[in-house]
Amino acid sequence: MKTVIVGCGRVGATLAELFDRDGHEVIVLDVETRAFDRLPSTFGGTAVRGDGTDEDTLRRAGAEDADVFLALTEGDNRNVMSAQVAAEALGAQQVIAKLNDPLRASAYADLGLATLCRTTLMTDAVAEYLGMPVTGTPGVHAPSGTHHGGTHQDSDGAASTGGSPDGPAAGTASGGPATSGEAAAGTVAREG
Amino acid sequence: MFVLVVGGGKVGYYLTKELIENGHEVVLMEKDRARADQIADEIGSVVISHDGCEGKYLAEAGANRADIVAAVTGDDEDNLVICQMARHHFDVKRTIARVNNPKNEALFKHLGVDEIISPTRMILGSIEQDIPVHELLHLAQLGEGQLELIEAHLQAGSPAVGRAPSDLDIPDGCSLFAVIRGGVAMPLRPETVMREGDKVIAIGKTECETLLHGQLIGSAETADAR
Repeated sequence: MKTVIVGCGRVGATLAELFDRDGHEVIVLDVETRAFDRLPSTFGGTAVRGDGTDEDTLRRAGAEDADVFLALTEGDNRNVMSAQVAAEALGAQQVIAKLNDPLRASAYADLGLATLCRTTLMTDAVAEYLGMPVTGTPGVHAPSGTHHGGTHQDSDGAASTGGSPDGPAAGTASGGPATSGEAAAGTVAREG
Repeated sequence: MFVLVVGGGKVGYYLTKELIENGHEVVLMEKDRARADQIADEIGSVVISHDGCEGKYLAEAGANRADIVAAVTGDDEDNLVICQMARHHFDVKRTIARVNNPKNEALFKHLGVDEIISPTRMILGSIEQDIPVHELLHLAQLGEGQLELIEAHLQAGSPAVGRAPSDLDIPDGCSLFAVIRGGVAMPLRPETVMREGDKVIAIGKTECETLLHGQLIGSAETADAR
């Protein structure tokens, strides 16, 4: 499995190590070389210094056709943009963007990106520990809509997708808007 | 018209001012408190000192009733997110993004931003228009690649201006056969005198290109001397 991780912070580096140890192909990007110090010396993947929102940089790093693409930088907007480049231009199969803003997290889930909201995750963890009511929002919002060139296929797209990340992948979705409802959660329609 | 401007840099500042002068309702969002205060001091209480990428603050700024959202910060990813949130979360009918990296234009369009303004592209276009064309333009390759169809745009100072093909030292195997003058194509006869601004169409062996270049455009030194 080919995994691309943008942002080599604590989370990014830990996941990179995990995927690498599990025998997967891993490419990590960060704008700072120093960030790669977080990777263990045994790390067998590729570490590339560069901007993960830049399509050319991602291509040069070999990020095309990733099975898993994780946007985990400090910036919500950078993550959202990086994830959308991966989904729309680079043919990534499963894309997750880390966000701090809960509203953006749910909005982009509606737009067909899987989003991970750190704020919800932490507040729920604290509330649960203290026995207070939790929001119950999942840590990762599975995409409820379809990501298709930004045109939000409102009701039908949301209704037809459940939570299975193993839906039919690429190859079926090149026909244009008519097929957008078929793209399962976690996979993204790829345009030619 | 209610316009929500995000980003209080030079562009956002002048845009807000102009819109107010033209009688529109405007709210400007600028996350830097000092900069926001500075603008508010001058143009009044239309400034909200919060991050326009954050959904909560977009809502407070009235994004849900905005006719237009203009994202003009210096960061492309911020402008993208502002426009996408405006469009999909607040149902804004028209979104405008400033794009700094021209390579992002296609992506932004694809992702549903209505209008894209690229200052970089505009300046680049303007500069490229002014660059004198010193090169031969390759129109086509013929005869299995051994022949080349070439266009030369004659500038002032070209050795060919004021002369006819018969006066020039045209390499063997080359033919100057047509000229485009004032948008009209006409045959270029051995006695036709060429003028500045003419586009001369030639066909010739690929290896004659340097000689043709010298005859029609001039050598690099003469071009620089102009």
